Amino acid sequence: MAIPTAHFLILAALLFGVGAAGVLLRRSGIAILLGIELMLNAGNLALAAFSSQHGNLDGQVFVFFVMAVAAAEVAVGLAILVAIFRKGQSIDVDRLNILRW
Amino acid sequence: MVTAVFLVAAILAVVSAIVAVSHRDPVFNVLSLVVTFFCVAVNYALLGAHFLAAAQILVYAGAILVLFLFVIMLLGAPQTGGDEVKRPVQKSAGLALAAIVAVGGALLALTLKIAPAEAVPAANTQAIGRLLITTYGFAFELISVLLLAAMVGALVLVKRKH
Amino acid sequence: MWAELVVIGGKLLVLATILLTAVPVMVWVERRGAAFIQDRLGPNRVGPMGLFQPIVDSVKLFFKEDVTPAGAHKWLYYLAPMISVFVALLTFIVIPFGDGRDVSVFGTPLGGLMVASGLEVGVLYLLAISSLGVYGIVLAGWSSNNKYSLLGGLRSSAQLVSYELSMGLAVLGIVFATGSVQLDQVVAAQAARLWNVVPQLAGFVVFLTAAFAETNRLPFDLAEAETELVAGYHVEYSSMKFAAFMMSEYINMVTASALMVTLFFGGWTLPGVHLTGWLGLIVSHLVFLAKVSCFMWLFVWVRWSLPRFRYDQLMRLGWKGLLPLATLNLVWVAAAVAMKWTWI
Repeated sequence: MAIPTAHFLILAALLFGVGAAGVLLRRSGIAILLGIELMLNAGNLALAAFSSQHGNLDGQVFVFFVMAVAAAEVAVGLAILVAIFRKGQSIDVDRLNILRW
Repeated sequence: MVTAVFLVAAILAVVSAIVAVSHRDPVFNVLSLVVTFFCVAVNYALLGAHFLAAAQILVYAGAILVLFLFVIMLLGAPQTGGDEVKRPVQKSAGLALAAIVAVGGALLALTLKIAPAEAVPAANTQAIGRLLITTYGFAFELISVLLLAAMVGALVLVKRKH
Repeated sequence: MWAELVVIGGKLLVLATILLTAVPVMVWVERRGAAFIQDRLGPNRVGPMGLFQPIVDSVKLFFKEDVTPAGAHKWLYYLAPMISVFVALLTFIVIPFGDGRDVSVFGTPLGGLMVASGLEVGVLYLLAISSLGVYGIVLAGWSSNNKYSLLGGLRSSAQLVSYELSMGLAVLGIVFATGSVQLDQVVAAQAARLWNVVPQLAGFVVFLTAAFAETNRLPFDLAEAETELVAGYHVEYSSMKFAAFMMSEYINMVTASALMVTLFFGGWTLPGVHLTGWLGLIVSHLVFLAKVSCFMWLFVWVRWSLPRFRYDQLMRLGWKGLLPLATLNLVWVAAAVAMKWTWI
């Protein structure tokens, strides 16, 4: 008995909500990036669920591309965090309110 | 049996996601996220997307989160907290928004008319490979250029000026 | 259903036996082999030819005091060796170690005799699980609350991640030539043609070097060297947790050897030998074990013969030497497959 697609979508929605909460509520840059990764994964899960429901593989190929883009984005995001940390010794995004660096 | 696996994976995914965004120690956040990604990989396998499950562990859990751990350890696991300005209004607004998104999405999924699932073609890895090279060949090449750009960008950003 | 479960349980049992007895055997081989290479005798007092030395060693390790450093991260400190061993043991289930295609136990054919013969992604699973081995090392280095540990852990994990790429590209060459990611297909293709080491020698060299780096063995063991980093990421571990790290290192060696044998040297097949039934099963097991033992001896031999790489030399070799070589190998294989050469 296959699992209905709706179940996967509910899981994806919950994960997306948790990731959004993480992005909105946390002050550490690393935690925000983690929340973004979680949201991307939730989207991937929904894509894969729909791909399975339609019976073709386009959704899964799209997930593959999203994974590659997420990897690129994490690399650049963490590089930015490291550069900021070196300047100001803090990754607290509330302190990054001075544009004059 | 399959439903039991799905339930365990789903509950574990949500619980470890909550731990991942709420714990104050960054290393624990990353480790809980590893568990979450594992459960998502299990879900991919349940959907018949075996290549995606392997790629999820290989790329997300095995590379991206390792990069997170490197940065956390190089930065000395900075834990933000302490003498900050408390912003309860923004916090509750953010929490409410996230809750609306989660619950709304779940309700939408329940009420949407979704046709019953059709079987995904077998020989998953080969079929995806064929699609990547033929139908989505241009996007594939673009992704490699994007990864190159990201690599160069990351190197330029952290280069020390001597 | 139950017959299948019994068959899988039996395969797991055989596998666990091979892997877990490989560890004390390797300890003995390492010490005696090192001694002979260094023109001395090695352990020869405990049992005939020192064969019981590993048993005595494990008893000693078991009774050592279990010291937890002050300020160590309790959870992660205990978790790290568990992750190392767990991941090391998981990788073997996609490697075929015998020929059971004509043999049926309780009515189910044994197939290519790997535990997870239905796993469609084959070698991708292996690459994925071995990329998780980084966590054990990085967490061990971090949780020990020790600068040398942290440095060793970070260096070791950077080394692992860098050499994973070249290893993956070398494996990709094999997958290209075979047309399937499943390792029993790779073995079957080699039985029909040449062993893959002949047309893809560059790929084999890349994979061999990357395997040495992935298992943290000399000449790439800077991250756990006694003279440089005071044993690196496992300096603060004692007693059974240290034994767990050693175990995971030896099991990784066995997996790397088994993978080399499967991908490049024909797995459990011998050219010209086509036995069937139970005799074929046993002979294929023995052939596989013999080949894997050759590579394990190679690991020991190289360890006591070559000097250690410095860390920057190591990273330079990985990124500027192995990666282009693996890419060239892939280009060569792609050209050969496109021209439809049958011996690739």
